[in-house]
Amino acid sequence: MRRTSIQADIVGANCLSALLFSDPKSAETTLAALKADPRIRAAGLYAADRRLFATYVRDPSGGTSLLEDSLGETGQGHRLGHDRLVLWRSVLFDQKTIGAVVIVSDLSEVGATMTRDVLVFACVLLVSLLIALAVSSRLQRSISQPILDLAGVARRVTLEKDYSVRASGGSRDEIGSLVVAFNEMLEEIRQQEAELRAARDRLEQRVAERTTQLQVANKELEAFSYSVSHDLRAPLRSIEGFSRALMEDCADGLSESGRDSLQRIVGSTVKMGQLIDGLLNLSRVTRTEVRGRSVDLSSLAGEIWAELKDSERDRPVECVIAAGAIAEGDPALLRAVLQNLLGNAWKFTRKRTPARIEFGFAEESGERTYFVKDNGAGFDMSYADKLFGAFQRLHGQNEFPGIGIGLATVQRIVSRHGGRVWAIGAPDQGASVYFTLGRGGANGG
Amino acid sequence: MVDKRIVLLVEDNPDDEALTLRALKKNNILNEVIVARDGAEALEYLLGTNGKSGKIRLEQLAVVLLDLKLPKVNGLEVLRRVRADPRTKLLPIVVLTSSKEEKDLVSAYDSGANSYVQKPVEFADFVRAAGHLGLYWLVTNAPPPSAR
Repeated sequence: MRRTSIQADIVGANCLSALLFSDPKSAETTLAALKADPRIRAAGLYAADRRLFATYVRDPSGGTSLLEDSLGETGQGHRLGHDRLVLWRSVLFDQKTIGAVVIVSDLSEVGATMTRDVLVFACVLLVSLLIALAVSSRLQRSISQPILDLAGVARRVTLEKDYSVRASGGSRDEIGSLVVAFNEMLEEIRQQEAELRAARDRLEQRVAERTTQLQVANKELEAFSYSVSHDLRAPLRSIEGFSRALMEDCADGLSESGRDSLQRIVGSTVKMGQLIDGLLNLSRVTRTEVRGRSVDLSSLAGEIWAELKDSERDRPVECVIAAGAIAEGDPALLRAVLQNLLGNAWKFTRKRTPARIEFGFAEESGERTYFVKDNGAGFDMSYADKLFGAFQRLHGQNEFPGIGIGLATVQRIVSRHGGRVWAIGAPDQGASVYFTLGRGGANGG
Repeated sequence: MVDKRIVLLVEDNPDDEALTLRALKKNNILNEVIVARDGAEALEYLLGTNGKSGKIRLEQLAVVLLDLKLPKVNGLEVLRRVRADPRTKLLPIVVLTSSKEEKDLVSAYDSGANSYVQKPVEFADFVRAAGHLGLYWLVTNAPPPSAR
């Protein structure tokens, strides 16, 4: 537009004399000079009376309609049409307006220029994009691809736990050393995994061996118990039976000391019979399967109490049994536990009046503890660890008879239920035996 | 009532045999007691061999006292074979043995024992048990019809 404006100024200046001397011919010649600019479609020179004085039309077939016969505008200015720019300038002489120049220039040409510019710009953009793409794909080949491969291998290792796969890419740059380090790590893991697997296999094999050994040992134990049960008792029965026979048949022929000796033989065989039975019971506890079900220890204790009372009716013993001790365990084995504990309490309160025995339970930090308390002979706490050993006794045979198998049996049963057993007592102050039945042993019920 | 029926004692241990006989005598059980000293002999008495019938007339037999641990043929096998034979399948058989192992109890009853008695170590208890046995199987119990 600026160029058009300058052209208008030049045309105005050149036509000054033509206007002054009313020479339209020379004015038209001047206007025709605009032919040099292909964008200018028409130009007109108006006289002071605003009438068209001279014209130039680039394409005469387009008619003179591009220029108005009389000029409406004054001063200088421009108007933009949809395809043209109309620009006018006053022609001044001596500070007076003596005419005006109007130039109509073609905008479609400007549009074409702009389109061409845009096209060129787009082409440049496209080419640079292509170059960028080429560069980035090259970079990707050398940087991103190895990293992506590495990530893929890592994912595969995670998913398939296959530590034998290796990442590829042996370039000498940082990525190359990353790949190498990654592969070294994988190798390390693979070795460790192999070692772990080997250790586990060894362990499994050892467990299998031990299990077999254990099964063999159990079988032997069973055979041993069976043999003890059958074969060890028979000779005892003979010794006892024939000693009795001797006492009965030849009592007259025997001296006092002879009868006493026989009596001792008989007493010992009876004792040995009890020992064998105790051992068998103990091993039976170890061998039998523990069947878990709900057991009412309170009512069991009640039954056992009734049996004990029946065995010695004239003993006044006070017994307190807490109700509602429902436990989970093997009914027969738990009965044996209570039988031993209440039996002991009954035995060791013999010399106490009034004798008192209590069965109860207490809940502490979610674990239920059952107990049997008595106010009998008690025991010295320094021997507490011996209490639960087989054939361990803290009292003389004359004081309190027994074979020392009861608490050992209790301990085995309790531990087979996953529980613990312990005792608290003092000489002549009574004893309390506590036990738990492990997980599922106490179920509130 | 004088019962002339016979008792068959299957027992390999001569001491136990003597003690059992003594215990029975102590209870005034004066019935004839035939003793078989192993399982094979017991089967011979009861079922006979080679198609011949047994040495005991079954209708005279009141009860069999059977030990489990026996030479040649053990007690359980004797039980099974006796139960498998139609002549003796209803015969009263009391297992009289040392053990009170659950395994023995189960297999004895499984094989058709009518009763299971553990021989007590104490002779006094043994005498008592023998007395109960004699009284029960020779007097109280009504034998199966085929054994009459």
